[in-house]
Amino acid sequence: MNEITVLSGKGGTGKTSITAALAALAKDVVICDSDVDAADLHLILKPEIKEQHIFESSWVAKIHKDNCTLCNVCVDVCRYDAIHEMTNGSLEINPFQCEGCRLCERVCPEETISSSRNSNNFWYVSETRFGSLTHAKMGAGEENSGKLVTQVREAAKNIAKEKNINTVLSDGPPGIGCPVISSLTGTQKVLMVIEPTKSGLHDSMRLLELLGSFNAKVFAVINKFDINLETTNEISLWLKENNIPLLAKLPFDTQMVEAMIHEKTIIEYNPKSKITLLLKDVWEKLNSNN
Amino acid sequence: MSFKIAIASGKGGTGKTTVSVNLFKWIIQHWTEKVQLVDCDVEEPNDHIFLPEYLISKEQEITQLIPKIDLNNCTFCRKCVEWCEFNAIVVIPPAQFAEVNNSLCHSCGACLIACEDNAMIEYLHSIGKANFYTNKSSLGLLEGELKISSSMQTMLIGELKKLANPEAEVIIFDSPPGTSCPVVESVADSDFVILVTEPTPFGLHDLKLTVELIKELKIDFGVIVNKAGLGTDNIYDYLKKEKIELLGKIPFSKEYASKYARGKLSTSNEIFNEQYNLIGEVLKETSKGVN
Repeated sequence: MNEITVLSGKGGTGKTSITAALAALAKDVVICDSDVDAADLHLILKPEIKEQHIFESSWVAKIHKDNCTLCNVCVDVCRYDAIHEMTNGSLEINPFQCEGCRLCERVCPEETISSSRNSNNFWYVSETRFGSLTHAKMGAGEENSGKLVTQVREAAKNIAKEKNINTVLSDGPPGIGCPVISSLTGTQKVLMVIEPTKSGLHDSMRLLELLGSFNAKVFAVINKFDINLETTNEISLWLKENNIPLLAKLPFDTQMVEAMIHEKTIIEYNPKSKITLLLKDVWEKLNSNN
Repeated sequence: MSFKIAIASGKGGTGKTTVSVNLFKWIIQHWTEKVQLVDCDVEEPNDHIFLPEYLISKEQEITQLIPKIDLNNCTFCRKCVEWCEFNAIVVIPPAQFAEVNNSLCHSCGACLIACEDNAMIEYLHSIGKANFYTNKSSLGLLEGELKISSSMQTMLIGELKKLANPEAEVIIFDSPPGTSCPVVESVADSDFVILVTEPTPFGLHDLKLTVELIKELKIDFGVIVNKAGLGTDNIYDYLKKEKIELLGKIPFSKEYASKYARGKLSTSNEIFNEQYNLIGEVLKETSKGVN
């Protein structure tokens, strides 16, 4: 099986619009939205949800005040400063600061702290006009997005195996931290979407350094290349030095936004646009380089 | 007490960095020089690109405490394994094997209290750096830089914020994109949050998620629509319906985008200046209510 993950380092470079377009071009593909933190792919793919699963997030501790003697043992052991003395003198745990280590629960001499798991994280298996899609919805402010990324990717790969489909196309998260690391483990190919800005280049450099510790074959496209030709050249050179094939330079085109507003991919919105033609070539090259 | 403003967005690439740096400059000019900008987007910190006149004067290593198991004392009882909620410890008694997986450890310290044999020793493990950029005109830029391949971005943000200058009258926290724990860490304890969005379907969708989060955190907030004119008016309908304060509208301009691309911010455009004046004055007023 071949998993292709679309990443960028910097946010807002066009990962999701490009992933959706590639999905429209693919004949046989399972699609995965591994940007679980701010998932947008479904806005274009309009999935029909077939399965909904609860994702067990980390623990959150709570103090039951009736038995609390205010001994402060929990406050002393908590390394996340999550336990606070309230104005009325009682102790309370801030659920957003609690990491779910359950240490306070174990050390409380009155056994008056208990933990529970949030159940407001979901992941889904859906059908779309381009194939099956696995995606997720995270509760606001949740921990563990890395584990949820692993979950949606596993689900996508299982569907591909069942249906005998060779390609999984994954829309990755921004950044280089925990969710990105989870989106990379075991993926075969990475497509970097780079915008020709100083920030875009800086962030791509950090992403490439991270990619160095993984085995994926790396490819790149420069999006909105004509916004700044000087930086586009700088990026092209940098890619060459690092032996990364530059598959296309996509022009800035407001049709990309118009397509999004119409809940369509650029391929459907304007099959004859320059970007459509370029992306056809990108998809072919991504799949021929095995 | 410093007045703390956090800039957040949900969707990436909406203009958090631009807004943070422009506001920082506006505050220096029109409000106070005792202002500090803190770049909490530690995975991809970019504020420094737009402040070339600020130079690094100090770098400070940020570490986490990670336990190591002393095999001379370990009795392979596995109590540490039972207490570790992050599955970071492997102990195999028949093989006399005991090890901590650094990348899974959250430094909670539970294993140290669990261990009855004095076999857990903590040592410092680097997760990144805090970079101090200075310039006479303000209290400078404090930047967090996550060590590549570390997944401890949330912890780094927490440590970074502790290094903020206590003398500051105003502190701006430039947050990472998204709605999960690193964003919470960045905006928590701020007095006001500015959400930067763009008028596209993706922008609106992610704005709604972020509004939900900020409301749960019970922090006052307002919205700046960046790249105005690029998408649709749905975003304004939403803001109106939810009675959310629209702080400003920054028009989309290809000329501006091209300047940004070269690491420059536009200061000559009148509409931009007017918008930042409006936003800045609102913040100034809000700060009076807080201090």
